[in-house]
Amino acid sequence: MSGQSLTLSQHAGTIVEDWAGDKETFHVPWGKVMMWIFLVSDTFIFSCFLVGYMKVRRTTTEPWPYPSEVFALELFGVNIPLILIAIMTFILITSSGTMALAVRAAQHNDKKNVFILMAITAAFGASFVGMQAFEWSKLIAEGVRPWGNPWGAPQFGSVFFMVTGFHGLHVSCGVIYLLVIATKILKGHYDKKGDYSIVEITGLYWHFVDLVWVFIFAFFYLW
Amino acid sequence: MAYIPLADQDEDLHDHPHSFITKYVWSQDHKVIAIQYGSTAIAVGLVGLVLSLLMRLQLGYPDSFAFIDPADYYQFVTMHGMIMVVYLLTALFLGGFGNYLIPLQIGARDMVFPFLNMLSYWFFLLSCIILMASFFVPGGPTGAGWTLYPPQSITGGTPGSEGGIVLMLASLAVFIIAFTMGGLNYVTTVLQARTRGMTLMRMPLSVWGIFVATILGLFAFPALFVASVMMFFDKMIGTSFFLPAIVSLGESLDHTGGSPVLFQHLFWFFGHPEVYIVALPAFGLVSDVLSCHARKNIFGYRMMVWAIIAIGGLSFIVWAHHMYVSGMNPYFGFFFAFTTLIIAVPTAIKVYNWVLTLWEGNIRLTVPMLFACGFIFTFIHGGLTGIFLGNVTVDLPLSDSYFVIAHFHMVMGVSPVLVLYAAIYHWFPKATGKMFNVTMGKIHFWATFFGTYAIYLPMHYIGLLGVPRRYYAIGTTDFIPESAQALNANITLAAIWVALFQVVFLVNIIWSLWKGKKSDPNPWEATTLEWFTHEHPPGHGNWGPELPTVYRWAYEYSVPGVKQDFVPQNMPAEEVETEDGSPYKGHDE
Repeated sequence: MSGQSLTLSQHAGTIVEDWAGDKETFHVPWGKVMMWIFLVSDTFIFSCFLVGYMKVRRTTTEPWPYPSEVFALELFGVNIPLILIAIMTFILITSSGTMALAVRAAQHNDKKNVFILMAITAAFGASFVGMQAFEWSKLIAEGVRPWGNPWGAPQFGSVFFMVTGFHGLHVSCGVIYLLVIATKILKGHYDKKGDYSIVEITGLYWHFVDLVWVFIFAFFYLW
Repeated sequence: MAYIPLADQDEDLHDHPHSFITKYVWSQDHKVIAIQYGSTAIAVGLVGLVLSLLMRLQLGYPDSFAFIDPADYYQFVTMHGMIMVVYLLTALFLGGFGNYLIPLQIGARDMVFPFLNMLSYWFFLLSCIILMASFFVPGGPTGAGWTLYPPQSITGGTPGSEGGIVLMLASLAVFIIAFTMGGLNYVTTVLQARTRGMTLMRMPLSVWGIFVATILGLFAFPALFVASVMMFFDKMIGTSFFLPAIVSLGESLDHTGGSPVLFQHLFWFFGHPEVYIVALPAFGLVSDVLSCHARKNIFGYRMMVWAIIAIGGLSFIVWAHHMYVSGMNPYFGFFFAFTTLIIAVPTAIKVYNWVLTLWEGNIRLTVPMLFACGFIFTFIHGGLTGIFLGNVTVDLPLSDSYFVIAHFHMVMGVSPVLVLYAAIYHWFPKATGKMFNVTMGKIHFWATFFGTYAIYLPMHYIGLLGVPRRYYAIGTTDFIPESAQALNANITLAAIWVALFQVVFLVNIIWSLWKGKKSDPNPWEATTLEWFTHEHPPGHGNWGPELPTVYRWAYEYSVPGVKQDFVPQNMPAEEVETEDGSPYKGHDE
C-alpha cells in the first residue's frame, strides 16, 4: 500500500483480517490477553458499584454528607480538607510510576532492579492500604457505620465502606501478587524460558487498580 | 524474550497426569473437567426437574397434596428457576460443552491455563453445594422468585428470608467466581491457541457461539455479583441499598432511601445477556448438528457469525424490557422496545439460515438431527411470542401471566434443552467411544417434543385468559373460566409424561456408557477436528505428537465432483479424491 492512503472501510477490512489470522489473534503471550479480559470484566464490577452509588445518592431522602468536611484532617492545628486522601492518591499514582520502571527493567532482563522496583511498588501499595485502615478507623470512631452516620444519608457509609473496601481488597491482592512475582523473579523461576512478560502482566493489574482509584476519588470524594 | 505462538510450541511443555486422582478427580484436562461440569450440572438439573413436578402437582390438583403448602410452592418456583437458568443451562453449555469442544475444535492441546480451569470446576461444585444446603437451613431455601426482587426477598414473611436468601446470594457469588475463571480460559483459548490454518472465520459455529456467549458472561455476571453483594449487606448488616422506608408485618423497618428498581436494573443487566449466554451456544451447536446431518454446508456462514456477534452486542441494551411494569420512567419503554425488536433481525436471519441449510439437503434423521429440527420449531414459537412481549402496550396486560411463562420456557427452556440433547447425542460417541441406543433416543425425542408442546401451548391460552403466574392456586374468580383448571390438570399430566421420558435418556446414557457398542471414530462423517483425534476417545493432549493443520472451513459437505460426501477440515487438498481426477479446491483455500 505504498504511498496510498487506505479508506476507512479498507482499514476496517485489514483489522478484521489481522485479527482473524490463524494460531493467535494478538501477538502477545496468552497471559496478557487473559489479564486484559479479566480487567475489562472487573471494570464492569466497579462500574456497577459506582452506578449503584450514584443511584442511591439520588434516591435517598436525607441530605448527602459534605465530603470535604467528612474527609478533613487536622494537621499541625490546621484543618485541611481531603488531605489524607490526597496523600493516598499521590502514593498510589507514584506506585504506578515505579511499576512502569519495573516493567522497563524486565525488558532489559535486569532482574535485580525488577525485584527492587516491584518491592517498592508493593510497599507503596501496602502503605496505601495502611492509610485506608487509618481513615476507616477514624470514621468509625466518629460514628460512621454501614447503616448510618451522624451527618445524613445512611447510604454514605454503606457506599464508602463497600466501594473503598472492595478497592482496598484489590490493592491488598495486588501487593501479594507483586511480592510473589518479585520473589519468583529473584529466584530465577522465569530464566529457563527467558520470558519476563509476567512483570508486564502484573503491571497491567496494578495500573488498573490505580486507574480505578482515580474514578472512585473523583466520584466519591470530589462530588 | 523470544515469544512463540502456542500452536508452534513443543508438546513437552505439558505435564502428563499419572495417578487416578490427578487423572479423574483433580484433573486439569479440559475433557475430564467438561464431564465433571456436565454431570454436576445434570445432577443439579434433575433437582430442578423434580421441583417443577412438585409445582405442577400443586397447580394441577390444588388442595390434593397436603405436603405442599404455599411457602413450599414459592420455594419450589424460585429454586427451579435459578437452578435451570444458572446451574444447569449456563454450566452445561459453557462449563460442559465449552470445555469439551473449544480445545478439540480449534486444534489445541488443552485450555491455556488448565489449573485455573480445574479451580473453576471446584468452585462451581462448591456453589452447587451451597445452593443445595439452603434446602436444609431453618426456613428453607428462598421463595422470593428466581429474580430475587427486594424488598420482599429479604423482608420477613417471605419464605427463606432468614437463611435461604443468604445462601442463595453466597452461592451466586461463588458461581460467578467459578464462571470467571472458566470464562477467561475459554475466551483466551479461542483467541490465542488455535492451530495452524484455523482462522477465526474457519471456526465451527459451536465455538463461535460459546466464545461470544462467554464474553457476554464475563461482562454481564459482574452486575449480578454487585447486586448480590449489595443485597447481602442489606440483609446482613442493615444497609439500605435496595430498601426504602418500609412497613413490613406491621412494623416499620430500619431502612430508608434505598432503590428497589436499582436491583431490577442490575439484575436484568445480567439477566438479559444471560438469555443469550444460554441461547448463543445453543445456536452454535445446533448449526453444526444441522449442517452435518443434512450433509450440506451451513447456509450463510459469515452471516451466521456476524449475527452471533450482533445478538451478543445488542443483548446488552435491551434489559429493561423485563421491567415495563416496574415503575421506571415510561419513556425508557420506547427505547427498550425498539432495541428489543431490532434484535429479532439477526435472530430471524439465523432461523432462515437453519431452514435453508435443510433445504434440499441429504437429511439423515438421526437422533441428534431430530432434536436439532425440534429446536427450530420450538425456537420459532418461543421467538414469535417474544415479539408480543417486547412491545410495551402488548406486554402490559400479558405481564406476569402464564403467557410469559409459556414464552420463556419455549424460547430459553425447551429450545436450549433440545439442543443440549442434540449435542449430547451427537458428541456422546466421541466423548465415550460408545454408541447410544438409537431406538431409545428416538422414543426420548418424540415423547419430549410432543410432551413439551402439550405443556406449553395451553399455557399461552391460560395466560391470555389472565391467569397470573406464581399463584399457589387460581381459586375462583369471575374472569377465569373453570375450564382453565381442567387445562392446568392436563398440563400437569403432560409434565409428568415428559419427566418420565427423561428417565429413558438417563438409562440410555448410563447403559450405553457401560454396555454400548463401540463407536466409529467419526460415526456421523463430520468434518470438524475433534473427529480426527489421534486416539478415540481423545487422550490427554488431544493430538499425539503433531497438532492438526486446518485447510478449510468446517462445512465442506456434498461438494460436487468429490467422491466422499464430506471433506475434513484437516485433509490436505491433494488427498481429496475427485470423481474425474481433477485437482480439488475447497471453499476458502
